[in-house]
Amino acid sequence: MPRSTYQRLLGFVGKLAVLLILGFLVLPVAVVTIAAFNDRAILSFPPQAWSLRWFAKAIAYQDFRDGFRNGLVVTVWASTIALMVGAMFAYALDRYRFRFKKGIEGILLSPLVIPHFTVGLGFLILAAQVGWTRGYAVVVFCHVVLVLPFVIRSVYVSLRNLDQSYELAAASLGAPPSRVLLTVTLPLLLPGLVSGWLFAAILSFNEFTASLFVTAQRTQTLPVAMYNYVREYADPSMAALSVMYIVGTAVLIVFANAFLGLGKVLNIEQSR
Amino acid sequence: MNNLADSRNGTASSGDDIAVRFDAVTKRFGDATALREVSLSVRSGEFMTLLGPSGCGKTTLLNLAAGFFSPDGGEIRIDGARVNDVPTYRREIGMMFQNYALFPHMSVAENIAYGLKVRHIAKKERDRRVEEVLALVRLAGMAGRKPRQLSGGQQQRVALARALVISPKVLLLDEPFSALDKNLRASMQVELREIQRKLKVTTIFVTHDQGEALSLSDRVAVMSDGRIRQLGTPEEIYRRPCDRFVASFVGDANVLRGRLDGFDGAHSTVAVGTARVKVPEAPLRGVALSTPVDLFVRPEQLKIAEICAPSAFGGRVAAQVYQGGHVDLYIECAQSASDRLLVRSAGQDAMTRWPVGAEVGMIIGIDDAVAFPVP
Repeated sequence: MPRSTYQRLLGFVGKLAVLLILGFLVLPVAVVTIAAFNDRAILSFPPQAWSLRWFAKAIAYQDFRDGFRNGLVVTVWASTIALMVGAMFAYALDRYRFRFKKGIEGILLSPLVIPHFTVGLGFLILAAQVGWTRGYAVVVFCHVVLVLPFVIRSVYVSLRNLDQSYELAAASLGAPPSRVLLTVTLPLLLPGLVSGWLFAAILSFNEFTASLFVTAQRTQTLPVAMYNYVREYADPSMAALSVMYIVGTAVLIVFANAFLGLGKVLNIEQSR
Repeated sequence: MNNLADSRNGTASSGDDIAVRFDAVTKRFGDATALREVSLSVRSGEFMTLLGPSGCGKTTLLNLAAGFFSPDGGEIRIDGARVNDVPTYRREIGMMFQNYALFPHMSVAENIAYGLKVRHIAKKERDRRVEEVLALVRLAGMAGRKPRQLSGGQQQRVALARALVISPKVLLLDEPFSALDKNLRASMQVELREIQRKLKVTTIFVTHDQGEALSLSDRVAVMSDGRIRQLGTPEEIYRRPCDRFVASFVGDANVLRGRLDGFDGAHSTVAVGTARVKVPEAPLRGVALSTPVDLFVRPEQLKIAEICAPSAFGGRVAAQVYQGGHVDLYIECAQSASDRLLVRSAGQDAMTRWPVGAEVGMIIGIDDAVAFPVP
């Protein structure tokens, strides 16, 4: 059937809209990437001459190096603790009925709706009370709270998708509950656990607002270091750092995809 | 299929010791009662089928035997020992699930070896037994595959092997054939029955497919609404249904309107039009003469005769359906309680002898039908 002019127009407008939206999504990344290779010392666009020197500078800059290392320490601790705590909560929420279940669920997921600066400020005040403001502990705890909802959701969805007949089958074959958990439940949940950890890690590594409150000079994470840098300087090393950020995250996702399948990592795919 | 059917009586009578006994078992889920004081004894080595429509409680009964939950009343015994409070993993059962539930992260061999490993059986012995059972289910050489690399039939065999390798006291099968296509289903059924007979393992099989139940079982328990309606050999269930539910649920049945005409020792006589049909007396015991009754008769028990034959009732051929080995005749008949009657005539004679439009008579042999009072 031939398509009417109206339909063709509609199709064209639709495609244009999609292209525009995709363009807007990619635009900042493109601008930052191009700016990173600019030879000039100011963040100008488009660049006149090309160079890699801002990458060298960003890598060599001591505050960034410390920030990167601090960020890694905080991220690994925070997402690992969040994974363990979150997985236990998710398991309890999925498998057991208990009093105040709804309330506990609400509290666990509340960081999704509470502004990060509120959480950061709260932790800062608490840390000041007990004299922890200089250490990693407060940063890690703060990040655990912030990423916990994502971990819980990720593990919870995996648990929901897990067909219970696997566990029943293992039990029928003579495996006591602890053995079922270790040899069947956990291996089958692995994609969900890894994806939960990965999300937590990416969120934690990029977290800025709350980190600004709870980090000290000695414990500042990379986003905080970048913020402090950009307050004083405006050269393209920031852009270079951003490009490294993007590449690093992309590599991580590709890696996760290769080993687990992106569908599983993002929990899009149903298990059956 | 025939030799399977012939041997079933022999298997049933071999040893009268009870492997699994349900004694007045009741199970409730919230307000709904899934089982009402069900009692059933499964003999050692017997192939017992729980047959019924969905929601009849058959799966609940199986799950109680497996110990996935415990009964609200009554007692369950396996090999004489009360197991009400014994968790699943100490019951020594083998279970096959509807979706097979093969562990996707383990190979075929690892799946099968799982139950042996849990029992701390040494690796050498484990490997030997895995190999042995793989040969039994004709999957030798597949040990290294992952479940997702197997076809549905192969997955089913792995599931069976996994359940059998631990030498369970009882094998529990939860609608294992429902995911297979028709041809594969038939051959898997034969295979399952052969293996079951070879190992003499007590088996409880849950299905809603009456054909499956009739062809596989030593005995069938027909269930509905949380109760066992009839317990008997496939032949008893098919030829002597004890109530209307069993008669209409198991097999095809024509229903004819009639009247109770008389008693004659072991038989009752039912009047269908001018014809008199002799049926088993038991379901009509205590019913007054001339009471309206429904006569249930199988399509192959309804025989076409000349219209003038004595004790025949009349009808007109409305349609013929050629089925290869037999012909299905659809017959309009005044005495039919529902729609047209279905007559299954072996061979292909019927195509020419009784063309569409022909007036025919139908006769029913002694005990070839069963009657129940109209409710």
